[in-house]
Amino acid sequence: MKNSIAALYLIVVAFNFSCGQDTANQVATISDTPFTPELLVEDVAIPWGIAFLPDGSMLITEKSGELILFKDGQKNTLSNVPEVYSRGQGGLLDVAVHPDYENNGWIYLSYASEEGEEKGGHTAFTRAKISDNSLTNSQLLYKGSPNTTKGQHFGSRIEFDDKGYVYLSIGERGARDDNPQDITRDGGKIYRFYDDGRIPEDNPFVGTEGAKTAIYSYGHRNPQGLIKNPKTGDIWDNEHGPKGGDEINIIKPGANYGWPVITYGVNYSGTPITDKTAMDGMEQPIHYWLPSIAPSGMAFITTDNYGADWNGSLLVGSLKFQYLELLKLNGTKVTDRIELIKGLGRVRDVVQGPDGLIYVGVEGKGVYKLVPKK
Amino acid sequence: MKIFLTSYILAVIGLSLYFFQDPALEASMQRGNEIYADFCVTCHLEAGEGVVSTFPPLAKSDYLLQNRAASIRGVKFGQQAEIVVNGVTYNSAMPSPGLEDDEIADVMNYILNSWGNTSDKIVTVEEVEAIQK
Ligand code: HEC
Repeated sequence: MKNSIAALYLIVVAFNFSCGQDTANQVATISDTPFTPELLVEDVAIPWGIAFLPDGSMLITEKSGELILFKDGQKNTLSNVPEVYSRGQGGLLDVAVHPDYENNGWIYLSYASEEGEEKGGHTAFTRAKISDNSLTNSQLLYKGSPNTTKGQHFGSRIEFDDKGYVYLSIGERGARDDNPQDITRDGGKIYRFYDDGRIPEDNPFVGTEGAKTAIYSYGHRNPQGLIKNPKTGDIWDNEHGPKGGDEINIIKPGANYGWPVITYGVNYSGTPITDKTAMDGMEQPIHYWLPSIAPSGMAFITTDNYGADWNGSLLVGSLKFQYLELLKLNGTKVTDRIELIKGLGRVRDVVQGPDGLIYVGVEGKGVYKLVPKK
Repeated sequence: MKIFLTSYILAVIGLSLYFFQDPALEASMQRGNEIYADFCVTCHLEAGEGVVSTFPPLAKSDYLLQNRAASIRGVKFGQQAEIVVNGVTYNSAMPSPGLEDDEIADVMNYILNSWGNTSDKIVTVEEVEAIQK
């Protein structure tokens, strides 16, 4: 009897284990979604970033350089927006609102910029205030360098933590053998600043000879998702791999995320980049996608609006397969993947609004609101 | 004998085309290959095969091979229109990649002469310059 119970236990454990592996690598469809997608903001070619002001109005970046304020059902285009370098993946990228916006009025932008001596562009980070449909008090907080005419991997996302710091991601600018593993160079990094752009004294590479001291972590490829885990306060990223090997990582100070020394992906042509997926001193992702979904945007669901079952789940946009992915989590382990709003278009950004509802930026369409079914 | 002669001549012509390809075209295609890997491969994929109904193919694309000017215009300014490529309708958007005219000529020469595509006339910078929105 005892033996058979033990055997049963083992079978159940083994079964659970194999299921866990499978579900993490397969995306499921569901027949009755707990919401209806409603196109709230129409006609935005590439809604790259979305952020909410405390009054519920919405800021939307359009990649070619427009900053849209959507208020009371009206789209207003703000003037005096920084000039962007529109080339390849570059343009106006993310927008974020200071957690204490009510008192200080700061919004933050990341974008590709030609600022600097060399030909080409690199990712820039600016804060500004809004007054009369115009940006004022613009302050350039950081600018990656040197510029390059490569069209790839500008990043970029902006996120605040609970301790008053702001994080910025910059991709490796198409120079994977030069930038991501070198902390004296920009690109392939996640940066940490005080909210006024000063570099925190305890940033991990302060005091390291030659280092760019704004760097917080390195060895990234092209992070286009950055979100604070509301339970732990940790910053999570998602990043594009090459062919295969998109990742979700938990960002730790001074950590090396391995690109291009370790990766679960291969070159677009199918030839190997490295034979290593792990190495001492390099972080492992908590999840990687094979094949690549081309992830962009990231949000946690923190309400029961879509059912208690989804509270605490992670949302990630897929540019490649044109869906929104829901990842159910057990701590830091992905247990299930579900595809949502398949076929609406390339999902560029996803955010949870102050009303606890989910808003999704879809290329060629605009911003959808996921309205819960009663 | 006749058959032998014709195939012999054809083989010689074919080989000479292969070996004595225009070096200007060759160099342009090489630069175009790099542009392609940077600016186009994410959507149109490595072998120009695209993704059915989402990103049209460039390999053996009737649209590309028969609409040279329109294709250059799309790559120069971006495009959003209903087009039919190899019998499949596409109606989505290609953002402007922001390339210089010489880079557009190079990438056009690459896509017009790769994956089984052939074009008998090299795309020049002047040709790209002349194309307006
Ligand atoms: C973001 C994805 C994307 C990128 C990057 C992109 N394209 Fe396209 N391309 C498209 C889409 C979508 C269409 C169809 C547009 C339409 O429906 O009007 C298209 C259409 C075309 C066409 C005409 C249709 C055909 O298949 O023959 C050509 C030629 C072309 N692209 C070449 C290029 C070149 C060259 C580059 C790089 C410089 C490039 N594209 C980059 C998405 C992309």
